[in-house]
Amino acid sequence: MNVRTKDKIATAVLYVISSAIVLLLVMFIGYIIIKGSESLNFRFLFGSSGVGGEGGGIGPQLFNSFYLLIISLLITVPLGVGAGIYLSQYAKEGWFLNLIRLSIETMASLPSIVVGLFGLLVFVIMLKMGYSMLAGALAITVLNLPAMTRVSETAITTAAKGVKEASLALGATEWQTIKKVILPSAIPQILTGIILAAGRIFGEAAALLYTAGMSTTKLNFKSINLLGKSSAFGLFRPSETLAVHIWKLNSEGMVADAVKIANGSAAVLVIMVLIFNLLARYLGRKLYYSYTGKK
Amino acid sequence: MERKQIARIKNEYLGKTYSIICGLLIVIITLSIIFFIASQGLSLFIKNHYPISKFLFSTIWKPDAGPEAGGPQYGVMIFITGSVLVSLGAVLISTPVAIALAIFMNFISPKLGTRVLQPAMELFVGIPSVVYGWVGVTLLIPLLKSMFGGIGFSLLAGIIVLSIMILPTITSISSDAIRAIPIEYVEASYGLGATRWQTISRVVVPAAKSGILTGVVLGLARAFGEALAVQMVIGNSINLPKSLLGTTSTLTSILTMDMANTVFKTEWNNALWSMALLLLLISFLFIVVIRIIGRRGEVK
Amino acid sequence: MSILKAENLNLYYGNNHALKNINLDIRKNAITALIGPSGCGKSTFLRTLNRMNDLIENVRITGKVLYEGKDIYDNYDVIELRKKIGMVFQRPNPFPMPIYDNIAYGPRIHGNNNKAELDEIVENSLKSAALWDEVKDRLKKSALGLSGGQQQRLCIARALSVEPEVLLMDEPTSALDPISTMKIEELLLELKKKYTIIIVTHSMQQAARISDYTAFFLSGEVIEYDETNKIFSNPRDRRTEDYITGRFG
Repeated sequence: MNVRTKDKIATAVLYVISSAIVLLLVMFIGYIIIKGSESLNFRFLFGSSGVGGEGGGIGPQLFNSFYLLIISLLITVPLGVGAGIYLSQYAKEGWFLNLIRLSIETMASLPSIVVGLFGLLVFVIMLKMGYSMLAGALAITVLNLPAMTRVSETAITTAAKGVKEASLALGATEWQTIKKVILPSAIPQILTGIILAAGRIFGEAAALLYTAGMSTTKLNFKSINLLGKSSAFGLFRPSETLAVHIWKLNSEGMVADAVKIANGSAAVLVIMVLIFNLLARYLGRKLYYSYTGKK
Repeated sequence: MERKQIARIKNEYLGKTYSIICGLLIVIITLSIIFFIASQGLSLFIKNHYPISKFLFSTIWKPDAGPEAGGPQYGVMIFITGSVLVSLGAVLISTPVAIALAIFMNFISPKLGTRVLQPAMELFVGIPSVVYGWVGVTLLIPLLKSMFGGIGFSLLAGIIVLSIMILPTITSISSDAIRAIPIEYVEASYGLGATRWQTISRVVVPAAKSGILTGVVLGLARAFGEALAVQMVIGNSINLPKSLLGTTSTLTSILTMDMANTVFKTEWNNALWSMALLLLLISFLFIVVIRIIGRRGEVK
Repeated sequence: MSILKAENLNLYYGNNHALKNINLDIRKNAITALIGPSGCGKSTFLRTLNRMNDLIENVRITGKVLYEGKDIYDNYDVIELRKKIGMVFQRPNPFPMPIYDNIAYGPRIHGNNNKAELDEIVENSLKSAALWDEVKDRLKKSALGLSGGQQQRLCIARALSVEPEVLLMDEPTSALDPISTMKIEELLLELKKKYTIIIVTHSMQQAARISDYTAFFLSGEVIEYDETNKIFSNPRDRRTEDYITGRFG
């Protein structure tokens, strides 16, 4: 065969594969949303889940997902940014830095089910938290800390370029420099990382099965007691999230319309992921403009 | 002087100390994961005196059989085989496609690459694994059933679901590797009158080999550790798969299901923790392999 | 009158002996230029004067740097030192914040939060850097919107905001066009009435145009240090002559 023909055939094949993959994604997302669309109504989204009879909603699970997201971000972000600051600004080459890097790599490569089991052992059993919001949030923190740290480190290193010396030369301490000059300009990039992490947290199930638990209490919004078991905001109540709910519906299917509920839940999850993704993209673009000084 | 000292503490040491503590915490968490999983995972061998070789190499998993039935037996070879087969299968399907996409993004149409393919990959990564599993159950399983008969739940279903899930990982790392190739190589090849495809297949892909390999190993690691999506479609039967269409179980799927059904600190439960430890050790193995590939890539 | 003095100063990067036994006496209210081929140690030396080399790992320093008679490497408060000895860098590096905040940053970190005083400092610093007229209507706008030459004058104004006595300048015009360069040079001639200026430059013409004293560095040593017109008209050392006549470097 002529080399030119070969070249054309190869190009065509590459086009076909690439379009097929994009088509697959479009069909995949389309399928989920269309299948779930009949469930996407007010009663489904905010109604409480039934055991047995038909017509259950996903209200509590949806609330749990968001609440867990917030709690785990409240723990993960300060720790990840702190570690990012250390790695980017204070750490000196040596065994301790190598140890941290190896730890991050190890944590990042752990299967999430293993992280979930660690959470079960340490948070749920040893620290006696039981299946709870807090145990789930801590497991999620372990899962997301490596990514958060990496994102922060990169953002801070980028933001420090050039301006760090200028600040120190004015007699600022390193921490003053970090707090007043470097962090403010690193925030947009860190925020993009946070939103992407939020998408992952929202969809995570394996790490939560044995930490946040596979059941939820009825939500009582009248009390905001963080320690109480009856309050919706209680940190020590079992709190099944939406992603866990899908898994449980599939494996146990106790309600009559389990398929319908699972379809609706999958659609909600995917829509949330799309929203997080678009948000991160939008921020990323804004960040680009602010760096290049346009606008 | 006193006041200056206080200001100095506020302006430097407090923040620095905080950031060091955060760094330290990462090390502490990692060490405690290793410590706790290991201590729980070793009790089957230390406290229950179950032989390690029997655990690793036997295919007999009878955790609930009494002594009269020759049990209980905790051989996990079935699950190791299941995990290996399903993740290798996924990598085999995914790798060629991923390399094709990486080439497309960098050489055929960088514009479509950044505008369409890259966002598409990001979405693939973002879709939760339970959703992959759920679509597998409701779409793929009936499809396989109508095409090949049987029940649909199968090793093949697991492979297909996983191959989509790990595609973005392999693609993005291969693409980075290809982008990192010095443009001089490519120009030199064009300069000799090579076509685009000749340049890609004989210069670009070989030069990016170690980067692509890293992507493949990372994909393999992700497939190996994935729990729910696989568990939902693979059938979860306690046997070696008879064919691609047969059902089987993996380390992660059995862990996911059985952890809730066993009582903490019983022998059966300990056997599950031993499997968790095994998963942990395998993920270390992947890290080592990736480091070796990275080092060899640097030397060249 | 002497203000800064290096005595038997040696600096090592790991095993690399980067500055060799430097003895240099910097005069007050004058412009001293440090010249030499790249890698000769002139920038490294400049950065020993406000201890910016502290930031780099594996740096070892022996000998003394006396600032107003006190050794800055012997139990000297580095923050006080950097307040007294300001620095302007090769590339303009304004902070990504409004022009006003860029100038007010220095006084603020040293504890001054008085609005009226800050206003005055910002105005005076910008006036001293000959930038006030160009930016007085856009003080709240981002400093990143300024041109390269304006940004560099902003950085000079920022350095002046903490009332230093010495200004260290590390090739401050190398990233600028000729017109901006000329403006900065005029500014430096004005500033030397109040400040002591030490400037690293790769341009011999620039050294000849603006400096009062010139030190020629080669391979980490000071080969010759004298009044600028003597260095350029009648160098004592053969290597200095080779360099300024363009025979190497």
